[in-house]
Amino acid sequence: MADSPETYDKTSRYTEGRAIAGAFQGETVTRRRLMEGTALAAGGIATMAFALPALGFALGPIFEDPTPERWQDVGPEPDFNDQTYVPRVINIDPEIGEAGKTTIYVRKANPRRDKRVEGQDTQPYVAISTRCAHLGCPVRYIQASRKFVCPCHGGIYGFQGQVEGGPPVRPLDRFYARVRTGRVEVGDRFSLNSELKRFSPRDPSNHLDGLWQYLYPARPTT
Amino acid sequence: MKLPAPPRPFRRPPPRPGQGGRNGPNGAPATTKPGAKDAAIEGTATVVGWLDERTGISPFLRGFLYRKIPKGTNWYYTLGSATLFAFLSQAVTGVFLAMYYEPAPTRAYESASRITNDVFLGELVRGMHKWGSSVMIILIFLHMGRTFFFGAYKYPRELNWVIGVVLLVLTLAMGLTGYLLPFDQRSFWATVVAVNINASGPIVGPYLADFLRAGAEFGPTTISRFYALHMLLIPGLIAALIGAHLYLVAKLGTTAPPWLKAEKKDLLTEEV
Repeated sequence: MADSPETYDKTSRYTEGRAIAGAFQGETVTRRRLMEGTALAAGGIATMAFALPALGFALGPIFEDPTPERWQDVGPEPDFNDQTYVPRVINIDPEIGEAGKTTIYVRKANPRRDKRVEGQDTQPYVAISTRCAHLGCPVRYIQASRKFVCPCHGGIYGFQGQVEGGPPVRPLDRFYARVRTGRVEVGDRFSLNSELKRFSPRDPSNHLDGLWQYLYPARPTT
Repeated sequence: MKLPAPPRPFRRPPPRPGQGGRNGPNGAPATTKPGAKDAAIEGTATVVGWLDERTGISPFLRGFLYRKIPKGTNWYYTLGSATLFAFLSQAVTGVFLAMYYEPAPTRAYESASRITNDVFLGELVRGMHKWGSSVMIILIFLHMGRTFFFGAYKYPRELNWVIGVVLLVLTLAMGLTGYLLPFDQRSFWATVVAVNINASGPIVGPYLADFLRAGAEFGPTTISRFYALHMLLIPGLIAALIGAHLYLVAKLGTTAPPWLKAEKKDLLTEEV
C-alpha cells in the first residue's frame, strides 16, 4: 500500500503510484474500471449473441443458391421454328401459385443468323425471358416488327433480344435450353451483355458492359 | 425559466376550520353527507395522486403540455401533430387489419378481398388505412415545408430536422412495403419494379434486392418478409424516432414565425 504523498504521481501507470486506496503492487487497472469493462463486454457479447444470428437469419437468402436446377418441358420440337417466337408459360417458383409463372418466348436457333460468342457453347433453342432489363416489366413480342416491346417505359429489343431503344441497360435474359426425346426443355435463366456474352442471372437494371459490370456484382452463390 | 401557473387543482381544497363550507359554519360538523359525485371525485383524485406520487409524471406533463410557445404561433404549427395522428390512425387500423389479413402468396389476395367484402366495417377500416397512408405522406411534406420555410431547422434544431428526414424515409418505406400486401396485379408488378429500382443501385443494389425478395425471385416468403417489415420493424423505428422528435421539440421549444421581429430591449440599444 503506497499512499504516502511523496510517491504520489498523477501520471503513473500503476494504481499504487497514483496513490489509490487499496491498490496492489503492479496493478495498472483499477477494480472499478475492470468491472466497468467486464459489464460492458458482457452486455456487448449478450447483445451480439442474439443480434448476429437474427441478422444472419434475415440476410440469409442473399447467400442461398437462388435457382436449383430444374428443367421444364415447353413442347415438342416441331412446335418451334427459327423465324418467329412462340410464347410459352413456365413456372419459375412453383410455391407461389399464379405469381410464380412467367411467359417466355422460344424459337429454334438459327446457326447462320445467330451471333456466336467465343468460348461459349451454342444453345439449340433460344428461350427469351419476358422480364424487361430496365425494371422488370413483362415485354411482348410483336411479329410484324420482329421486336420485343416493354409497356412500362418504352424499352424496345430486336429479334435477338438486343436493346434497340429506350432505357434498358442490356439485352433480354435467356434460359438454357436442351432437347430430350424430341421435346424442348428450358432450365435456368442467364443474362447477357450487349455482345451476347453470357453472365450469371442478374436483376433488371444491372449493367453488364465495360467497367459498369463491376458495379453490379454477381450473387455470391453463382 | 418561470413556468406558467399550473392548471386548476383537480380537487377543491378543504375549507379551513372555522370557515364556511361543507363542514358547516364555525367549525360545526357537516350538515350534509358527501354525495356520489364527491365520492367519485375523491376516488379519482386518490388514484391519480397514487400514480403521480410513484411516477412523478405530473411535473413532466406540466412541462410538456403547458410549455411556453412564441408569439405568432398559428395553425401551421399543428401539421406535426396532424402527422402524428395520421400515424396513430395507421397504427390502429393496421393492427386490426392484421387480425383478418393472411400474409401468404396464395392467401393474401383472398383475405384482403374478404376484409373489403365480408368483414363488418372492413371496407371502411381498409379504406382508412389505404387513404390514410397518402394523407400521412402529404402531411409529412406539409410539415417539412412549414419547418423549412419558417427556418425552424436552424440551430439548435438541426438534429430534429435530421430525425424528421429519417422519419420521412421510413414512412416512404412503409408505403413501399404496404403496397405489396393486397397482392393484386397492380401491387405485385409495382413492387417488382420497386425492387428492381433498388437493384439498380451500384454495389449494394443487387444485395438489397435479394434481401427484399428473400432470394433471386419473388418467392413464397417475399410477402411475409414485406409484412414483417411493414408491421413490426419500420413502425417500431418510427415510434421510437417520433419519441425522440417530440422530446427535442419539448426540450428546444418551437420557433416564432419568420415575419415576427425580435422585440428590442431598451437595455441593448446602443446610445449614439
